[in-house]
Amino acid sequence: HLATSLPLPPETDRVRPRIDMIVFMIDIKSKYSLKNVEASLAHVDVNFFLGKVCFLVTGVGRVNYCSVEMNAIWNLGEVYCSPVLFCELELEGTRVATAQRLLRMLEICAGHVPGVSALAFGSLMRNSAYV
Amino acid sequence: EGAAWTLPSFGRLSRGPMFGRAHGLSPSSRLLPPAPRSQLNADPQRTAFLLRKQWTLYSVTPLYRFSNAHLRGYARLLSAFIAAEKQKGLAVEVGVELDIKVAVSSLPDLKGSDQDQAAILVQLSSRSPASLKNSEEKLIWSGWFCSVSGDDLSKNVPEDFTCLPLFLVNGAESYTSIVGSWFQKTFDCCFRRLAISPLILSWMAAMWTGCEVEKTASAMELVFSVPCLPQPLDISYAIHPEDAKALWDTVQKAPGEITQEEVDVFMDCLYSHFHRHFKIHLSATKLVKVSTAIASAHCDGIIKFLQSQYLTGVLMLLTELAISQIQ
Repeated sequence: HLATSLPLPPETDRVRPRIDMIVFMIDIKSKYSLKNVEASLAHVDVNFFLGKVCFLVTGVGRVNYCSVEMNAIWNLGEVYCSPVLFCELELEGTRVATAQRLLRMLEICAGHVPGVSALAFGSLMRNSAYV
Repeated sequence: EGAAWTLPSFGRLSRGPMFGRAHGLSPSSRLLPPAPRSQLNADPQRTAFLLRKQWTLYSVTPLYRFSNAHLRGYARLLSAFIAAEKQKGLAVEVGVELDIKVAVSSLPDLKGSDQDQAAILVQLSSRSPASLKNSEEKLIWSGWFCSVSGDDLSKNVPEDFTCLPLFLVNGAESYTSIVGSWFQKTFDCCFRRLAISPLILSWMAAMWTGCEVEKTASAMELVFSVPCLPQPLDISYAIHPEDAKALWDTVQKAPGEITQEEVDVFMDCLYSHFHRHFKIHLSATKLVKVSTAIASAHCDGIIKFLQSQYLTGVLMLLTELAISQIQ
């Protein structure tokens, strides 16, 4: 499910399936996307931050288009105890690899991988963020 | 072998050094350049010709076995090289055969500290053989290498190398590539176009707004490019210089130093003001150009200096950018 910001509209509360993982996407070329994510974070139940949230930073291929300061992003990852992933959507290889990674993480968050909990995996992830 | 010069494209996708936490590419604070020095040391007349011209920026790796004592010799060698390139048919002007004269000189005033190398200026002038009687020389191309407070680079570099990491060019690209090839071949260095990210442009906007200028200062202008549209759209946001300065004065805390946070607050205020009036989120667009009374900078790596007393201050930031690109 894709949303441009949180909170999700209350009308769809009844029909919404269980949410296993939240990926916050920040476009490094847009300061606005960072502000949007920061505002949306306030609407997330604290239990999600036990390994069910991650930040995905896109647009990282072009270093000279950077409008968001990296320290702000690292800070976000630390404050919310969630891993930060990097991806360049324009490159198919990276895009596919990131999608596969996110799917794997989702499987763990949904409890489909026996023996690995979201929390344990999340703390492993936080130390290796590069695609 | 020809000109081994290809115009480096910074549209190339590359993973920059910024993702390492240890790397200092985006420091959280920078020292402001000191207030303009009294005119004891720098004679503004000597650097006046650098003002109000559009300079394209490059970063240059250290030059091997370059010597200030051989500038005349270099000029002769470069002149011969240009003549040879023209012989090969890489002439730049179609039709008129121009006689190119090369001058290489030193600009000792352009440095930040005594550790810096004096800036080196290369100028190409043309003299049309038809008017040999007048021998009117026209300046057709200028390029200068400089380093202002470039200690970060120079302290780590072995003896035989000269550090002048910033290169500024005004003139035809064809001459730039010929001169660049000669320097690359002779001193084993490497030139790369220096682009300026929107993040750095906002630093410039904040830093330059804080500078004291006389009353008749021009408006501060920010130009934004709107992404993802079928036709390119640019938004120009002009702010009265006194309003901009007043805003900056309320934001900045410690004089002589600027932090990333202060820059963010300053820009956010400007963005929300704009949003209030036009309902457009400038923070979702790309800042491409900043113009103030001190200088103007474009994200493609183009700069224009407008005030001689702040020349070294601006060069200090540009030197820092060039060094980041090299390392």
